Amino acid sequence: MYKKTIKQLSSALQNKDFSSEELVSSYLQRCDSHNSNLNCFISLMPETAIAQARSADKKIQNGEAGPLTGIPLAHKDIFCTNGTKTSCGSSMLDNFIAPYDATVVTRLNEAGMVTLGKTNMDEFAMGSTNETSFYGAVKNPWDTARVPGGSSGGSAAAVAAKLAPVATGTDTGGSIRQPASLCGITGLKPTYGRVSRYGMIAYASSLDQGGPITQTAEDAAIMLNAMAGFDERDSTSAEQAVEDYTKDLNESLDGLKIGLPKQYFDGQLDASIESVIQAGVKQLEKLGANVKEIELPNSELSIPAYYVIASAECSSNLARFDGVRFGHRCDDPEDLTDLYLRSRAEGFGKEVKRRIITGTYVLSAGYYDAYYLKAQKLRRMIRDDFRSALEDVDVIIGPTAPQTAFKLNEFIDDPISMYLSDIYTVSVNLAGLPAISVPAGFANELPVGMQIIGNYFAESRLLNIAHQFQQATDWHQQSPVGFD
Amino acid sequence: MATDIKWETVIGLEIHAQLATKSKIFSGAATTYGADANTQACAVDLGLPGVLPVLNQQAVEMAIKFGLAVDAHIADKSVFARKNYFYPDLPKGYQISQFELPIVGNGDIEIQLADGSKKIIGITRAHLEEDAGKSVHDGFFDNTGVDLNRAGTPLIEIVSEPDMRSAEEAIAYLKKIHSIVRYLKICDGNMQEGSFRCDANVSIRPMGQEELGTRTELKNLNSFKFIEQAINYEIERQIDVIESGAEVVQETRLYDPNKNETRTMRSKEEANDYRYFPDPDLLPVCIDQETIEAIKKELPELPDAKRERFIKEFDLSEYDSDVITASRDQAEYFEDTVNAANGEAKLSANWVMGELSAVLNKNNTDITNSPVSAEMLGGMIKRIKDNTISSKIAKQVFEAMCNGKGNADEIIDNQGLKQVTDTGAIEKLVDDVIAANPDQVKQYQESPADKQGKLIGFFVGQIMKQSKGKANPQQVNQLLQEKLK
Repeated sequence: MYKKTIKQLSSALQNKDFSSEELVSSYLQRCDSHNSNLNCFISLMPETAIAQARSADKKIQNGEAGPLTGIPLAHKDIFCTNGTKTSCGSSMLDNFIAPYDATVVTRLNEAGMVTLGKTNMDEFAMGSTNETSFYGAVKNPWDTARVPGGSSGGSAAAVAAKLAPVATGTDTGGSIRQPASLCGITGLKPTYGRVSRYGMIAYASSLDQGGPITQTAEDAAIMLNAMAGFDERDSTSAEQAVEDYTKDLNESLDGLKIGLPKQYFDGQLDASIESVIQAGVKQLEKLGANVKEIELPNSELSIPAYYVIASAECSSNLARFDGVRFGHRCDDPEDLTDLYLRSRAEGFGKEVKRRIITGTYVLSAGYYDAYYLKAQKLRRMIRDDFRSALEDVDVIIGPTAPQTAFKLNEFIDDPISMYLSDIYTVSVNLAGLPAISVPAGFANELPVGMQIIGNYFAESRLLNIAHQFQQATDWHQQSPVGFD
Repeated sequence: MATDIKWETVIGLEIHAQLATKSKIFSGAATTYGADANTQACAVDLGLPGVLPVLNQQAVEMAIKFGLAVDAHIADKSVFARKNYFYPDLPKGYQISQFELPIVGNGDIEIQLADGSKKIIGITRAHLEEDAGKSVHDGFFDNTGVDLNRAGTPLIEIVSEPDMRSAEEAIAYLKKIHSIVRYLKICDGNMQEGSFRCDANVSIRPMGQEELGTRTELKNLNSFKFIEQAINYEIERQIDVIESGAEVVQETRLYDPNKNETRTMRSKEEANDYRYFPDPDLLPVCIDQETIEAIKKELPELPDAKRERFIKEFDLSEYDSDVITASRDQAEYFEDTVNAANGEAKLSANWVMGELSAVLNKNNTDITNSPVSAEMLGGMIKRIKDNTISSKIAKQVFEAMCNGKGNADEIIDNQGLKQVTDTGAIEKLVDDVIAANPDQVKQYQESPADKQGKLIGFFVGQIMKQSKGKANPQQVNQLLQEKLK
């Protein structure tokens, strides 16, 4: 039963082919047998999962089930879950039991979903490899000597290895799309503000966005239906009405206008990746799309702009982890300064400290204009590039990441190279646009994702294109050996 | 080194007024003062991981009201910014405030000084921000406790121009702002509880010099008296420093009311770099003209306007009008009293400022909790005016009203306090007293006319005593004068 998409699982549950309890037990068993190898989960929640499954089964019996009732999922450990550990991948929060549910968690609970556990992630979502986690690196199911990408690497690896049919992720600079690409699955980053950030531990507030990590675009649409919507507890959530994201899935792509940014295919892109993407685009042309070259002239500025803005916001967002009210506190502080210094020095890992220090620096008196303010200007330029490009085309397509999954420890001492791997994803966060990564083929036997970027709130269109692509291809149905 | 230089003081004030909203500025927790520690702090106030602020619109409206009351520009777009620093009573490690784009821009108010002169004081800006919690040092042995009940309470910080030239001007300005925020009912003005606080920036310069001297910032000023004392102390200190050949150091100084002195808290070098930047969790506050107009319509009559109107409409003296309009509640009480007293303003003013105010002070309460309503007081004043009771008996009636014995008419009836105005009855009393005091009559009649006025008091007193205060004093006087001729 673990081979099914949530769409298929939903029908099976309604048909009473099996119960939610049976389904959840089977996933928990898979988690048990594979997690020690893959390290996808920080916490597994078998007891609450079984209880949730039983109550879902009652709903199904009573005919009160919705499309997600009884379907198991995994939450990235960045979402607060009431009464359970929410660590954000950090030693700082290793002892933190969240006293409330994130809005995303509440909505998915209300939809009847069953939480299997909390997935591993780069510490405070800072990283592109999942190696910055306090709980150790996650292994890519396609090659366990390689990383799954990050920061939602645990969620992506869990879905790829079929330890969960679907998972939540968050995406600040590519943290849903890049691991989806490296793990050969589907990952959607919605428009900024489409999914509530309440209860999602903040990394960079103006960029963070939650979304689904799934096997198919259709599943992503079903998940987004439950996740999206205005939340009065998140002032930056969009008041725009939520549509039924499944309704346009089967629309034809006839006349679809695709833009290929010249800057994405500049000769620097790895040839094996480029050929996968070009083949994917050809496939879409066969389905009726027209392709033209477009310009995103400032795209190479997106990495510096992103690392200034994200670091600035994180330096402030992470100030609350001070050892005073929750989280790690050093032993026997001598005085207040000692409490702050040691609690934070002990509680945060290297990459988090690096970004806090960078962020503190760029906001400091005398440097603010040169860094933070300049980065904001770049951000506007990058956004304007997208806006004008999207006046001519419906979507922009390119690679999700410039490479396939890298080896564990490859970038551990080379943060700049790791940062550069975000080149195609961060600009989308800076602009606040929605984008989806779908499996489009393989390079060196590792999955390659194709990124489709749409206009604000054009999630339906993205899901439609991704779904039509998946109807015509079977890349998304490939499974890593040992997990099929 | 004593010099003959005349020094000019320059003062600017930063006032923090807690806004009287029911809930906090970015959370739904209550703002009531004095609750048990940490019982009024929700997940947002605690700065738990993942929580987000949501702006309380009531706080925005209150800030707009203030802006309109001081004739200030209301920004069509203002932005919340984070002020970053570490302190245990600051749960998020930053305070949400406004920096580059405050909600209220340039405004001004007019103050009046003791000599009757008037002066305009500029207001640079006023912005919304959240209050911090409190560190509690007592009762935790060597540790410090943190009470986050106050964390997230809305504040408006009102920054003045350096327009004040003496402690007296500073106090007049402060009192004016204090009165305005209370008139607007946006702040309870309680300085003891910290809902109205003030920091003072003080510097001196040689008279006639344009350039400002180095300023110090005075903190911990929680009463008008302390503010005045602290400023005056600081002026003297700065003069001493400069005249002794040294320089004033830019720093923050703490006022110690016990020793009446200010002392260094932190120097400029130790000052935090707050790393302000726009808070990405909150959208800019956009205010349209319609909203401003709607709020303008709801503005109450402000202290200056009320004061002028009372002088004109009720013929009050400037002094009386000042005292009565010092608080909006008192002014409204007064006006209600006048209405209930058929327009008798002078007596109403005397009673409100006199007996009533004394009773309220004695009971340590304010006019909104007065034991005697304005209608009751006005009803009694009506009876003084129509000669049903004398002013003296009125005091007795008032006391009975304070003790819950009913309204004036009931008390007058029940206790038989109605003034005797029957000429026959008064005449008998006059005759009896004259007959009983032949010596005094003789003395009166032998005295020159200018001394008689004083002597007649004796007879009046006797008669009033006989009548238990109920004889109409004017009638008694008149009859006595006739009969003693």
